[in-house]
Amino acid sequence: MKLSMNWLKDYVSESFDPKEYSDKLTLTGSKVEGYENLGAEISNVVVGKLISVEKHPDSDHLLICMVDVGKDEPVQIVTGAQNVKPGELVPAALHESTLPGGVKIKAGKLRGVPSNGMLCSLGELGLTLNDFPYADENGIFLLHEDCKPGDDIKDVLCLNDTAVEFEITSNRPDCLSMIGLARETAASFATELHLHTPVVNEKFDKKTIDDYLSVEIKDPDLCPRYTARVVENIKIEPSPKWLRARLRACGVRPINNIVDITNYVCLEYGQPMHAFDYNYLKGGKIVVRRAHKGEKITTLDSVERDLEERMLVISDAEKAVAVAGVMGGENSEIIPETKTIVFESANFNGPSVRVTARDLGMRTEASGRYEKGLDRENTLPAIERACELIELLGAGEVVKGIIDVYPTRAEQNKIKFEPEKINEFLGTDVPLESMLDTFKRLDIKLEDGVLYPPSYRADLEGMHDIAEEVIRIYGYDKIPSTLFKAEALVGGRNKRQKSIVALNNLLTLHGFSEIQTYSFISPKYYDNIGLAPDAPERNSVVISNPLGEDTSIMRTTALPSVLEVLATNRRYRNKTCAIYENAKVYIKRDFSEQPDERLTTVIAFYECGDFYNMKGVAESVCGVLGAEKTETKAVADLPYFHPGRCAELVSSDGVRYAVFGEIHPNVAKTYGFDVPVYACVCDTETLLATEAEEKKYKPLPKFPAIERDLAFVCDEELTSGELMKSIKMYGGKMLESVEIFDIYRDAKLGENKKSMAYSLTLRSSEKTLEDADCDKIVSKILRGLEHDFGVTLRS
Amino acid sequence: MKEKLEALKQKALSDLETVKDAAALEQLRVAYLGKKSELASILKGMASLSPEERPVIGQLGNSVRSAIEQAFEKAKANVSKLETEKKINSEKLDVTLPSKLISMGSLHPLTKIQSQMEDIFLGMGFTIAEGPEVETDYYNFTALNTPEFHPARDVQDTFYITDKVLLRSQTSTVQVHVMEQNEPPIRIISPGRVYRSDAVDATHSPMFHQCEGLVVDKGITMADLKGTLETFAKAMFGGKTELRFRPHHFPFTEPSCEVDVSCFVCGGCGCSVCKGEGWIEILGAGMVHPNVLRMSGIDPEVYSGFAFGMGIERIVMTKYGISDMRLLYENDVRFLRQF
Repeated sequence: MKLSMNWLKDYVSESFDPKEYSDKLTLTGSKVEGYENLGAEISNVVVGKLISVEKHPDSDHLLICMVDVGKDEPVQIVTGAQNVKPGELVPAALHESTLPGGVKIKAGKLRGVPSNGMLCSLGELGLTLNDFPYADENGIFLLHEDCKPGDDIKDVLCLNDTAVEFEITSNRPDCLSMIGLARETAASFATELHLHTPVVNEKFDKKTIDDYLSVEIKDPDLCPRYTARVVENIKIEPSPKWLRARLRACGVRPINNIVDITNYVCLEYGQPMHAFDYNYLKGGKIVVRRAHKGEKITTLDSVERDLEERMLVISDAEKAVAVAGVMGGENSEIIPETKTIVFESANFNGPSVRVTARDLGMRTEASGRYEKGLDRENTLPAIERACELIELLGAGEVVKGIIDVYPTRAEQNKIKFEPEKINEFLGTDVPLESMLDTFKRLDIKLEDGVLYPPSYRADLEGMHDIAEEVIRIYGYDKIPSTLFKAEALVGGRNKRQKSIVALNNLLTLHGFSEIQTYSFISPKYYDNIGLAPDAPERNSVVISNPLGEDTSIMRTTALPSVLEVLATNRRYRNKTCAIYENAKVYIKRDFSEQPDERLTTVIAFYECGDFYNMKGVAESVCGVLGAEKTETKAVADLPYFHPGRCAELVSSDGVRYAVFGEIHPNVAKTYGFDVPVYACVCDTETLLATEAEEKKYKPLPKFPAIERDLAFVCDEELTSGELMKSIKMYGGKMLESVEIFDIYRDAKLGENKKSMAYSLTLRSSEKTLEDADCDKIVSKILRGLEHDFGVTLRS
Repeated sequence: MKEKLEALKQKALSDLETVKDAAALEQLRVAYLGKKSELASILKGMASLSPEERPVIGQLGNSVRSAIEQAFEKAKANVSKLETEKKINSEKLDVTLPSKLISMGSLHPLTKIQSQMEDIFLGMGFTIAEGPEVETDYYNFTALNTPEFHPARDVQDTFYITDKVLLRSQTSTVQVHVMEQNEPPIRIISPGRVYRSDAVDATHSPMFHQCEGLVVDKGITMADLKGTLETFAKAMFGGKTELRFRPHHFPFTEPSCEVDVSCFVCGGCGCSVCKGEGWIEILGAGMVHPNVLRMSGIDPEVYSGFAFGMGIERIVMTKYGISDMRLLYENDVRFLRQF
């Protein structure tokens, strides 16, 4: 909502500095977004009277004008416009003047002839034909205003106004009007408010409105009040300058007197108005009803609309002539030939207008106001104001009488006034007199300990609302700062939240940078990681109104997002990159429209290590989240991992905690990688649910250990994991630990053979082991391995 | 012979006093104390002495020997000290060469600021509550006193999954879950992702982060809200930070306010960060609307509460001087490593 500071003077006589005004209103609850001095860019432009106009000696199209600018000597200005004639008044930008768009005018020469300024067109003053309909768009703006040479053009054209832009919250539709903001202004500055009561003289005639029109409300639930007036002998013409200037300051384009009056009243009172051409209302009838099945209307924007039965329309005896509260119909539009009009000033049900506007896809200025719920008491003063303006502008003759159908009155809100409770709730000491003063300023009546808010303040329903009114006028800055007196609570992070902190610490200490990517992705992301067309991961929660395909589904895996970031970093020529994201994924469920939101951790790097580095990271992640014992199994069936370089970490009962490995070369190619990329996807949600083993102290060994190194020759296919498992099994409880320390391949070992060397630590908890004891254990292991895998000791 | 011994002693002691390195010391040891040393040969020559002289010279010989031995030990200690010093002096490193520890990673600035916020509130006895991002219309709007057709639903352009299921547009949803599941006293914050249909530009993103706060108990006042937020702001932005409360409207709080902090860059004089205003808007807050309490099963006649919500991106951007929000989601490691 834009407020004209000039217009404000109609209601509040005090003058305000725009900055102080904005700050004050902001602090009492009407937030000012900014203000703009409308003519700020125009300076040193005055009214000039053309004394003579002569041809330029060296040009066919230039004219030399002598201009009286209210000074002793006339000024010579050269112009290219052809519509200048001696005697005309024109805007003259003098030497060292400024115009909108940062234009600066200085004295100079045009084809050798001195020119001490510029004569201006409408456009050069930042105006359009709507602002001054009589002007010639293609030439100099010939002024038809009451003015004399030397007058400041800003005063003459009403460009000396300041427009203040307010952000009005949805609970205060009353403030979407000059009067509403004037009320707030008066209350904020504790100054007097002058409201004007419109006076309509009406046409002296026997005929009254009832001879022209009848109004029937068929659906009073959606139309609590409908007020109408008829105006005859309409003369459609431009509005006067002052009215156009006010509309313009409020950001509304002037059109013609009738349209301008409806807009003016809407801005002044916040009550949308509509005008019908009476001649096109069949049967002199207005019926407010729900639309018939299959009914259609072509609205003012020339679009045919299919109406639904729940939509409210204004109709004549036969057909819909307007969508109530949204837009008028083309069939009853005001046209230059219109002679008689019907003014509508009505109140419609907010939610109904909102739904209708939404379903028709046409939110209008009127619907935007109606949907917030307007004051039913406002229809009458608004229509009276419109008719007063008709008479003031000489735009027509108002027919005697008003039709005011008011079937549904609003309930008066009543709130018990408990000043102590208000102070208790706010934690303040607002004096009673201050509260009473606020009520007076805000037009809230107090009778017998009960508060009666004015009709335009339907938002005031209870003590809390009154408390806000009291404190916003008294001053939010006067609320003291206290800390709540409350019982001590054990705050802090829960186990899950602590685990995530630990996880972050672990990964950042290992050199990984945390990233954040969007939870919604493009379905193409699944193609990028090579998912099959029927892969279950593709079953995503779909956004019905996405911004675009790129952000249209909720991801079931964050791997593509993380690879995308990795690829971006590679493109930026970052030599190394190690990143991770704690990413929620959204897994569809059969029994609910809401997905299972599961936390995953996706880790990836390039040029920072190999498969085994990633394995270490994966194991650490599992470990820090409580799964210290995991088993590694090769995985060959994931399309996004290299089939020979991928593994999972699983629990003893086979639950997969993490899967990691080298990204499949084909997938890496899709992302444009020229180096191997490693990634790990952890099921953090599952890991967070694992209970870490309770720690118990084990006594430190009393007896020394013996180490034995053994190198085995085995088939290439045999994995160290399998071999180690067997070693442990045959080694028994005296085998404290086994570690691999070498892998060796040589033709001498035989075809498809390799040697793996292990260091065994043997220890007894009961005695010092002798060599003979160790030999026994080792030979048992050797026999076992030979039997299981045909493994031999390397000689 | 006596003179010989005395001379030997003098020479040995003086040699040992000036010896500087282990090799020379060893030479001296061999020369003065070894089996073939002068002293040894002198003492060997004792056999030719008269029985009267023998004990005298013998005693003298022993005392010379022990004096040399003492001097030797002293010299040894001295040499060892000198050797260590020499070694240490030769071990000087160029400390400006790069460190060998693997480079540290970093938390995303959003996480970093979020956890700073969390720590401040945890210290005040708050816990962290979580709620779903894919929400029902009830928790995102209805239970927050924004029934269907309420115009405030327009303020936030919401992403819908179905008619009734949506991507939450505010973390306030968690308030309702918490109040439904817990009896007062309630003291929680809830950071998380929220979604609004805003096209991506330097200051907008269809997904961003908020942190919600809620306190419900007997006798909670608006002054308590102010005190709590002031404590937070001072901890977050510095001890000199001031707060400015401006009246505002949210359907789920009454009274409501928007809260500005004095610009922590210029201290309130006006700069490019605060756009010359001296104030930076950081959050919305208010007293929990009685309808919200009632719908969540809490009696507004007995309990009152306050709630607040702030955008984490905005705080991250102003604190670190980041002018383009897209940097936060592009994740260039050169950007991330700065935090």
